[in-house]
Amino acid sequence: MRLEVLNRGYGPGTKLLFAVIRLVSRHPVPDAAKLVFYRPDFYGARAKEFTHEAMRGPSAWSVGDRELMAAYVSQANECAFCIGAHTATARQAYQDGPKVTAVLADLDSAPIEEPLRATLRMLGKLTAEGKLGAEDMRQVLSAGVSRQQVQDALAVCVAFNTTDRLADAFGFEVLSPEGFEAGAKYLLKRGYR
Amino acid sequence: MHHAVLAEDKKRAAYRALQDRVVDGEGRASPEQRAHAFSNVGLSGPLDSLLGKVATRPARVTDADFAAARAAGFSEDELFELVICAAVGQSARLYDAGLAALAGAVAGEEDG
Repeated sequence: MRLEVLNRGYGPGTKLLFAVIRLVSRHPVPDAAKLVFYRPDFYGARAKEFTHEAMRGPSAWSVGDRELMAAYVSQANECAFCIGAHTATARQAYQDGPKVTAVLADLDSAPIEEPLRATLRMLGKLTAEGKLGAEDMRQVLSAGVSRQQVQDALAVCVAFNTTDRLADAFGFEVLSPEGFEAGAKYLLKRGYR
Repeated sequence: MHHAVLAEDKKRAAYRALQDRVVDGEGRASPEQRAHAFSNVGLSGPLDSLLGKVATRPARVTDADFAAARAAGFSEDELFELVICAAVGQSARLYDAGLAALAGAVAGEEDG
């Protein structure tokens, strides 16, 4: 990573934990994990709490839907690390790789339900353009998405607009496909806390 | 109409706790610098270049942006904090824009 403190600035307890993670997962500790362990009182503790609530807290959206939103938002931000991490997690959550690939290739023709399609379109526009009108949101509501589902989707969008920016700015190293698969398995088992 | 104003849900409150911490809590960069990074205004020189990209085109950030900010005297811990403030600030603006659009759509429904 571009800041040396994020590569090396950890205490003995955290270094030991990283060693255990490497041993158990047989992969390097992802930079996304390292970031939240650096001075966690500044960013990591609250970021983990928010992200876990957005991605695993109560919602009418499934875990797979929310991981797909994370991948879609990350694609709009051109964030290679997060696209890799969350396409892998969405594929495992849905047990359906082709569906995830189809959404990222062409949202309009992908084989998904209309409420999810309208929601992804709205999140993509908000992320790419930085603004959104009431008319954009009326289209989402008229596709059958509830207000609470919109709020839940916005939380996912915000979590990944934050993480995407930090991944690109700090320079998270893109993992191997096996590394992303291992990370996805962990995120589905344990979440973001 | 009273339904049009959406109550702040648990998720928005959790993000607000993060915003408040990174801008106003204890840190190595001054609260003023962190507030500028968060709002992406009032920054100068290399910091404006680095943090402007974090806010608007994060995929364009380069090693040279960090090198220039270091050369201007910012420490690693200050840059850690300021980059986070810029990322959280832009994301908070997106959050508010999305919730405002939702409130507008809901108000329109109830008026109609």
